[in-house]
Amino acid sequence: MLTSLHYFILSGILFTIGAVGVLVRRNEIVMFMCVEMMLNAANLSLIAFSRYLNSVDGQMLVLLVMAVAAAEVVVGLAILVALYRLRPTVDVDDMNELKG
Amino acid sequence: MLDYAWLVLLFPLVGVILNALFGRRLGKRGAGVLASAMVGLSFVGSVLLLVALLGREETDRYVIRRLFDWISVGDFHVQVSLLVDPLSTLMATVVSGVSFVIHIYSIGYMADDERFVRYFAYLNLFVFAMLTLVLSENLLVTYVGWEGVGLCSYLLIGFWFERKSAADAGKKAFLVNRVGDVGFALGLILIFITFGSLSMGMVLEQGPAAGVSSGVATAIALLLLLGAVGKSAQIPLYVWLPDAMEGPTPVSALIHAATMVTAGVYMVARTHALFQLSTSAMTWVAAIGGVTAFFAATIALTQHDLKRVLAYSTISQLGYMFLGVGVGAYAAGIFHLTTHAFFKALLFLAAGSVMHALAGELDIRKMGGLKGKIPVTYWTFLIAALAIAGFPGLAGFFSKDEILWRTFLQTKVLWALALLTAGLTAFYIFRLVFSVFHGKSRVDKKVASHVHESPKVMTVPMMVLAALSVVGGYIGVPKILGGGNWIEHFLDGSLGWHLPTLTLTGAAHGTVSQEWTLLAVSVAVALAGIGLAYVFYVRKPDLPMRTAKSLGGLYTLVYNKYYVDELYMGAIVKPLKDVAGFLAARVDGPIIDGIVEGIGALVAAVGRGLQQLQTGLVRNYALGILLGAVLMLVYALVR
Repeated sequence: MLTSLHYFILSGILFTIGAVGVLVRRNEIVMFMCVEMMLNAANLSLIAFSRYLNSVDGQMLVLLVMAVAAAEVVVGLAILVALYRLRPTVDVDDMNELKG
Repeated sequence: MLDYAWLVLLFPLVGVILNALFGRRLGKRGAGVLASAMVGLSFVGSVLLLVALLGREETDRYVIRRLFDWISVGDFHVQVSLLVDPLSTLMATVVSGVSFVIHIYSIGYMADDERFVRYFAYLNLFVFAMLTLVLSENLLVTYVGWEGVGLCSYLLIGFWFERKSAADAGKKAFLVNRVGDVGFALGLILIFITFGSLSMGMVLEQGPAAGVSSGVATAIALLLLLGAVGKSAQIPLYVWLPDAMEGPTPVSALIHAATMVTAGVYMVARTHALFQLSTSAMTWVAAIGGVTAFFAATIALTQHDLKRVLAYSTISQLGYMFLGVGVGAYAAGIFHLTTHAFFKALLFLAAGSVMHALAGELDIRKMGGLKGKIPVTYWTFLIAALAIAGFPGLAGFFSKDEILWRTFLQTKVLWALALLTAGLTAFYIFRLVFSVFHGKSRVDKKVASHVHESPKVMTVPMMVLAALSVVGGYIGVPKILGGGNWIEHFLDGSLGWHLPTLTLTGAAHGTVSQEWTLLAVSVAVALAGIGLAYVFYVRKPDLPMRTAKSLGGLYTLVYNKYYVDELYMGAIVKPLKDVAGFLAARVDGPIIDGIVEGIGALVAAVGRGLQQLQTGLVRNYALGILLGAVLMLVYALVR
């Protein structure tokens, strides 16, 4: 007896884990993965809605979100590589030049 | 012509603007000629106005030409209008004529000065302001001219501002003048409150009839008098004039002898209808005039600085003018103003010529025997000296005598004082003549070899003024000598208004024999003064020194100008400075600056606080974003 509620709760938990991960982890790549996790949690939620409201709109939106996620990852990783070339570290706390 | 009266004011203004903008390009000669030409045109205009006025009926000589509306607020209306009547045209002619002559002289005198162009710009500005003062129909516009001449006086006294004494003198002149101006301004306010208008026509017409209480009238008159006292250097506001000698000599001649200082006398004459409403005010005017005349003459006896003697002489002669208008002899006061302009300006110009010959020497103890070396200067100075001493036939004789006669009819005390002053005048002026030009030369050796007469551009103006000093008096020959006293008659159009028999003591007319006696006495006193000076400074040159020593303390007192400057410094200036210093250190510094700086510090502190948020750590910023998103969500849900 899986109701829509279960899906939403799962989506919420995934989102929270992702959010906390972004805040807590120091490795940039892991932060990216957490961001992806947040996006996918949202996707899950959208799919659930789509199923239980019998509407395709949710699935359409998921496709768009995935495209955006992909694009974002591209840009993000590009920045990351550029930063790595500047300083050979993937610790985000070392990038504090904007302090002040 | 009367419709173009405003041109008289326009020319000097154009001169200022052109000189200020293009003076450098015109070069020294160009600037000087331009400025002089402008004043010359004003002079021509003034004369034409005078002629136009003379062509009219005697009763029709009060002409007003409206220029534009200046202020129109509620009940307060001020129109800028020109008043063309006997008094103003006479003043305008004298002012522009003497200015013209002095402009030409200045071309020679200031030839070596770097700021030549600026000098002429200031001088033209002065003429503009003075003519505004004299030709204005509205008292507020007159006040504008009044302030304008005060400003130019400051600028020109402190013309050589690199010298501290000159800069200080300029400040002193302006500040002391200002004290008087406060009185004038308050008087204007009171006039407006009482009469509802500042237009001279309205005030003078309504004045006597308006049923003004004598208290108010006295207040107005005394306040106006305060202004006049400041501008015309009478007691107690005369202290700026001797110091004003720091300025270039032509400036001393023009501003502090012939024109600006006479503005006070003009003002009293112009508003005479108001003064006549208050006997006490008139008494004050006459008393201040008489006492100042005597006081200044005594100081002039002792000074060694050529220009200072002339400065005190000016103060003294202004006292005569005040005495004249104070006893109701307005025309006589103005007559003396006119003749004084001629011979005093000449005295100053001649002094400038002497200084020019002696490379700037001012101390008469270092002069002497110059008669043969600078003859033109000598003869013109002599003529002016005779005029001021009241030598029969020359200009000063007629005007001074008229004042003495009219004073005698009112108050014997002031007459006696004035007569004594006349004697002192003759003495001190011939003291100058004999010390500077006669006797043995006490000139410094280095300077003596370069003694030379001044160039024509300087001597011709002096000769013109000398001629005027001789013939200028004939416009006012009294009846007993066969003349018609033309000037008194002419000025009746302006000064004869509402002339009740208000007098100080009651007597209005004397007898012919009295007048003759007085004439003879005046002449005798003048000749005695000259003779005494001859004895002191030619015959027995050690007599002055011996007299000074024997007078001891009295001499020291007079020589130090009765310590008035020191008194003012101690009683007024220093306390004010101390208060200002206290306020600057304790109020302005800690409190006002504290508040301003405090606000700045506050802003900085807030900034520093907010700075804590800028850690540079990405994760902190991410947290911020998350918190913000959560808050917005909560807000949306709760609404």
